[in-house]
Amino acid sequence: MIVESDETMPVRTSDDVVRVRQAVRARSVAAGFSLVDQTKIITAASEIARNTVDYGGGGTLRIEVLRNGQRRGVRLTFADQGPGIADVAQAMTDGFTSGHGLGLGLSGAKRLVNEFKIVSAPGQGTEITLARWK
Amino acid sequence: MSEIPILKIGDCLLVSIQVDMHDRLAMALQDDLTERIVRDRARGVMIDISALEIVDSFIGRMLNNIAAMSRVLDAVTVVVGMRPAVAITLVELGLTLSGVRTALNVDKGLAMIRGLIDTPERVDDRRER
Amino acid sequence: MPDSRVRIFSLIEQHHEAILADWLGRLRGGRGDGQHRDPEAPERARRFLQCLRRGATSGEADDISGPEWAPMRELLEDTSRAWGMQGFTPTETATFVFSLKDPLFDLLRREIGNDADQLGREIWLATRLIDRLGLYTIECYQKTREEVIGRQQQELLELSTPVVELWDGILALPLIGTLDSARTQIVMESLLERIVASGADIAIIDITGVPTVDTLVAQHLIKTISAARLMGADCILSGIRPQIAQTIVHLGLELNVVSKATMADALGLALRRTGRAIVNRAASAEPKAGT
Repeated sequence: MIVESDETMPVRTSDDVVRVRQAVRARSVAAGFSLVDQTKIITAASEIARNTVDYGGGGTLRIEVLRNGQRRGVRLTFADQGPGIADVAQAMTDGFTSGHGLGLGLSGAKRLVNEFKIVSAPGQGTEITLARWK
Repeated sequence: MSEIPILKIGDCLLVSIQVDMHDRLAMALQDDLTERIVRDRARGVMIDISALEIVDSFIGRMLNNIAAMSRVLDAVTVVVGMRPAVAITLVELGLTLSGVRTALNVDKGLAMIRGLIDTPERVDDRRER
Repeated sequence: MPDSRVRIFSLIEQHHEAILADWLGRLRGGRGDGQHRDPEAPERARRFLQCLRRGATSGEADDISGPEWAPMRELLEDTSRAWGMQGFTPTETATFVFSLKDPLFDLLRREIGNDADQLGREIWLATRLIDRLGLYTIECYQKTREEVIGRQQQELLELSTPVVELWDGILALPLIGTLDSARTQIVMESLLERIVASGADIAIIDITGVPTVDTLVAQHLIKTISAARLMGADCILSGIRPQIAQTIVHLGLELNVVSKATMADALGLALRRTGRAIVNRAASAEPKAGT
């Protein structure tokens, strides 16, 4: 697997969330994604970025454009040193219509991407990796 | 005062969202709209999202909130101009926007508002046909 | 790793004209090996030698991925594609490459002659190189086939989800075959794009051609219907066979959409909803009013 590009950016303010969307768009266009695929990964990034700002106390995003043989993909790694998630399984259940809570972004974002990994524990921060392949 | 202009067309308010909104802007818009509905005695609110390439859960909640608040103020909200890629993503995301009416474009949106305002039936009954 | 004792690369450079002449002669002579029906073959052979000289400057016989071998890779890709389209088998294309061994080995025997060890090493090196180049053409052929299959699969998916405008503002989407998630994506994209293009108010989704409706298929249908609704179009589901109706009830599926047994019924409803009525023409005085 080849990494065609690799950049890291801060995700601390709501202005950063806008920048995250712009950066992920640029990379997914570069990876040759269709419009629908672009929309999906940018939306997923927006969800997780917001979580990072609102619940993680701010963190970073690493954007990698990958090539695996013929296929190209975009991998996003969000990391924060926030309080961490006590019950990851719970957080992953659908929560859009049930009001506020950590479950709002995660399960939805997972449906928009091909690969989704979350590592989090109380006091140990959170790292979420998403990837979408063309 | 939010940076997003709110136009008055008869007894309707039209908002056209052109920029990639950050959170403060979205909150300001909600506040402004609510105020304007009361001030202008608006019966309809049309939100044009044809320029939005991304609608995430935050924007979705904003739209739901605006619809709910305007309903309390006896006004109808219609969201128009959703892009196909956005609709497909929202559906995948599981964001139902169930409290929000949608129409294809401004023309149809205005027609829908007229239809809802001018008929004597209550606004709630027409949600899902 | 480039080995200074290896002579083949410098020999190729020194004698490239002789090699080419010998090779062309054999190709023209129409012997079993390397015979080629394509009139372009001599020109390709010329370019092949040029690229071979270029690649030889790398001193690498085992690894053709470097920049010196780039012109050769391009030539092989182009040749594989062109000859593939003309109907030559991948074996024929590869054999063309392999046929270079004859003139090359003759050259080596002439120049190295008595030193059996050296001759053996050089011939083995030449063999490995030519084999690798010939196999590369097979890989190219493979890749082209896969691209064709991929394109055809895509076209098949798109062809099997036509969106038809039944009347002003009324679309019909007859689904044929199973509805998996890949298909659902295509269906949604086609339908939504058509809604935008035609300004449709109603979409009739007909599932007569869908063999089974289980929980997954139902989810896909619900997604499609929700997406259409977000675009301001109402949906009517039609073509529900009795067994499907039973399955839906058994599984407790909530489709949350108006459904009709036939597309005709659905069209009737759609017309009424959009404010139209179909009336019979009054019987006219002329006995031969159109049939």
